[in-house]
Amino acid sequence: MEILLRAVIGGVVVSAFALLGDVFQPKRFAGLFGAAPSVALASLGLAIASNGKLYAALEARSMAGGAIAFFVYAYCVCVVMMKYKPSAMLCSLAMIPIWCATAFGLWILWLR
Amino acid sequence: MKVHADFSALRRTKWYEYAIRFLFGGIVTAITGLIAKKFGPEVGGLFLAFPAIFPATATLIEKHEKQKKQRKGLNGTKRGRLAAGVDAAGAAMGAGGLLVFALIVWKLLPGRSGSMVWAAATPAWVVVAISIWAAQEKIRELQRKHAAAKSIPRLQLR
Repeated sequence: MEILLRAVIGGVVVSAFALLGDVFQPKRFAGLFGAAPSVALASLGLAIASNGKLYAALEARSMAGGAIAFFVYAYCVCVVMMKYKPSAMLCSLAMIPIWCATAFGLWILWLR
Repeated sequence: MKVHADFSALRRTKWYEYAIRFLFGGIVTAITGLIAKKFGPEVGGLFLAFPAIFPATATLIEKHEKQKKQRKGLNGTKRGRLAAGVDAAGAAMGAGGLLVFALIVWKLLPGRSGSMVWAAATPAWVVVAISIWAAQEKIRELQRKHAAAKSIPRLQLR
């Protein structure tokens, strides 16, 4: 039941930020909403309610590593899209391992 | 270009495109919870900054820009892909705000109420993300001016 609630809240929050990204122009500004803390806003509240504040704070600490990985990922997508102009779907999915490598690299070096 | 809201963009998005983003967002949020349960908050927390709907959004931007050009009788593939690249540049800048959000929640949450921490962290994300964007725009403007100033003597020589 908690997972279902989490999925619904996550879907609503993520969609709301995506709508803001659709509405705003220019695209460089709208792109800011692609890095909105949408999953975090949906998850951290539930984490506090079910596991307490310390648990949620630990999640937020790791989220900082995830955010650095997000920067590296988005920067790489931007560079490749601008230089080689591949399909957006192909490029953004093919670059996910960069997020994983950076996030887990930071976790091993800093967060573990 | 000044920042403005174009609500007609909402009409261009199909219902299933909204559904895809709802689904992606829901699935990633649920999976993040499951990962945190199985491997602990240190690993689960990483996924709070996972590029959950970035691929879906970039694909939609490419498609919409391409359609816009095609309505004018042009191909639009290159334009669509460049627009997706520009959106990625914005997301990279927004990641700075995401980092500040995470740091505020991490440092403030243990000793304060959740709602108070949210009230500090969410505006901080907005302010930091917009400030990085504004600074970057200023740098681009200065670079354009510098390039234009450099090209004037060359034109005069000719």
